[in-house]
Amino acid sequence: MGRFPEYYNLWHIAGHYALRGFAALVLIFLMLPILVIIPLSFNAEPFFTFTEGMLALDPDAYSLRWYKEIFDDEKWTLAIKNSFIVGFAAAILATLLGTVAAVGLASPWMPYKRLITALLLSPMIVPLIIIAAGMFFFYTQFNLVGTYTGLIIAHAALGVPFVIITVTATLSGFDRSLFIAGLSLGASPVKVFWDVVIPLIRPGVISGGLFAFVTSFDEVVLVLFLAGPEQRTIPRQMFSGLREQINPTILAVATLLVVLSAAMLFTLEALRRRSERMRGEGL
Amino acid sequence: MTDTATLAQKPLAPGLNRDDARSAAREVRKRRLQAFLFVTPLLIFILFSFVAPITTMLYRSVYNPTVADLLPDTLVALQEWEQSDESPSDAVLTQFAIDLKRLANDRTSGRLADEINRALPGMSSVVKSTARAVRRVDDAELAANGPALLIDANDRWAEPETWRAIKDAGRAYSLDYYLTSLDLERGSAGEIQARDTQIYVKLYTKTLWMALIITVATVLLGYPLAYFMANTSTSLSNALMVFVLLPFWTSLLVRTTAWIALLQTNGVVNSTLQAFGLRDDPLELLYTQFSTIIAMTHILLPFMVLPLYSVMRGIDSSYMRAAMSMGSRPLAAWFRIYLPMSLPGLSAGALLVFIISVGYYITPALVGGTDGQMISNIIAFHMQQSNNWELAAALGALLLLLILVLYWLFDRFVGAANIKLG
Repeated sequence: MGRFPEYYNLWHIAGHYALRGFAALVLIFLMLPILVIIPLSFNAEPFFTFTEGMLALDPDAYSLRWYKEIFDDEKWTLAIKNSFIVGFAAAILATLLGTVAAVGLASPWMPYKRLITALLLSPMIVPLIIIAAGMFFFYTQFNLVGTYTGLIIAHAALGVPFVIITVTATLSGFDRSLFIAGLSLGASPVKVFWDVVIPLIRPGVISGGLFAFVTSFDEVVLVLFLAGPEQRTIPRQMFSGLREQINPTILAVATLLVVLSAAMLFTLEALRRRSERMRGEGL
Repeated sequence: MTDTATLAQKPLAPGLNRDDARSAAREVRKRRLQAFLFVTPLLIFILFSFVAPITTMLYRSVYNPTVADLLPDTLVALQEWEQSDESPSDAVLTQFAIDLKRLANDRTSGRLADEINRALPGMSSVVKSTARAVRRVDDAELAANGPALLIDANDRWAEPETWRAIKDAGRAYSLDYYLTSLDLERGSAGEIQARDTQIYVKLYTKTLWMALIITVATVLLGYPLAYFMANTSTSLSNALMVFVLLPFWTSLLVRTTAWIALLQTNGVVNSTLQAFGLRDDPLELLYTQFSTIIAMTHILLPFMVLPLYSVMRGIDSSYMRAAMSMGSRPLAAWFRIYLPMSLPGLSAGALLVFIISVGYYITPALVGGTDGQMISNIIAFHMQQSNNWELAAALGALLLLLILVLYWLFDRFVGAANIKLG
């Protein structure tokens, strides 16, 4: 019992282990649902549940047929293509506009800073169903409903707050005198922005872009209202799959998405460490 | 602009002449303009793509010109008519018969039928059948015998209630959709009264109640977890963080799918219960309020753990040790010392979870069944199925108001700038 302080009695120690056990249960609650779908996606039968053969670890009860199904079904391949097209375009648009704006917002001279920041962050707060309803009314007048352009604009608007937040956070560690030094040496603001600011805030920009991409990639409410059959994305396809006929193809897609988000998580973590290291050394 | 003005008027510092002050003011103006120019492209983009759509929607909740556009002449004639117990004059009925014939031939009488039906349920078939009846009658006959033809087609045209509904529906600007959203209606004398069927207030209450349950559940699960992670070694807490962040980064649809696989009649939970002989017949878990709450608690839990953890990480554990070494019981020490210090994280997480869950759509739509539906789902219903866009807009505006109030609280107590990601 050497690891506990002197004043600990049995109750303290019991409490310590109870806390530990409870935390473990919560972590299991968080992870288990996601882990359960992975083996289910290798089901040889068209069910959403473990068959007896699977529980007996019979190799014949497992198959890759639902993965093959994804790539044989035109609806899924189109959805995958659409998700990447819309996601990339929306992320690039949001990152470009958001990064430039964040530099302006970080300036101590920025007028109406509070109001404008609140306005630019508001897509994050307003419920998606309200955004979807409003955009549907408004975009119809510009013939943007049922087009890639409309969907990309809508998703870019959703991604903007994340870019603003991450880039502003990186800029808070940015020494503004570097900007002024660039200007005083005769470079134009745009040149200073590209050659001095961007390289220093790159980790923030990249993680903002990733957030914007994931937001679009995961978004389904706006797609439900604004996209036509030609622009169906992966979540939209999953949504109708879950409503109409449930089959393990959805589980196979879900498993691929879990793998993708794990990759995304590790990329972001690496970026965060890099950013911390750069700040630790550079400033 | 106030800074510039005060700078120019300020008493000058010794050794500073008026020209210096003016050039300093010019410099300030230039800097402000420069900063603003950086923000301008995004500002224009957000105004077009986001602010204008929301504003249009809010406008739509009070402005519906459909009937006013369809029946302009009838509505002018109706202006004379007081909302009394008598039917309007024959001139009004004749004008309406002529308008209805035109609409029937333009194939727009169906839209009129839908709009009037909203003001007075049951009118849809009356308008449609009358439109069919007057479609082929020639104009001279209509002008001479309009009122009789209408009343022959359906005797509801003789009732003042019908005309009151047309007059109500004919107002382009009205707050009627807000009345409907609050389960109120206008009575025969124009007074505001409660509707017979209470739908929306109940739904708002249910939505808030479910959001509250979800928030409490995430606190109960998230607080001990965040506490444990904040007070263990850095390497262990970094490793455990992956278990919180992976669900956070996993698609919403994937997590909802997982809950469907777990909770359905022949799903994992029921098969497990049966395999261990705990239940003979499967439990009905999916498509209930319970499944919505558990799936949303799972989805929103990281939003609670992340802000809590980042606050708790900064709390020095020696305070608790000091209290306990001086004989405080652990719970008393936690309540009087640790809880107040972790409150910023707790309120950030709780408000975040509450705000997000009040406006949630996808998970209730997929796992909610009938009694797990929330306010967002009824808005989507009026947008997509009943095509009552004005009511959808009014319900949305009330939801938006609710969210803004919550956000204002959030900003006041937590500070919106404190939102952290990842």
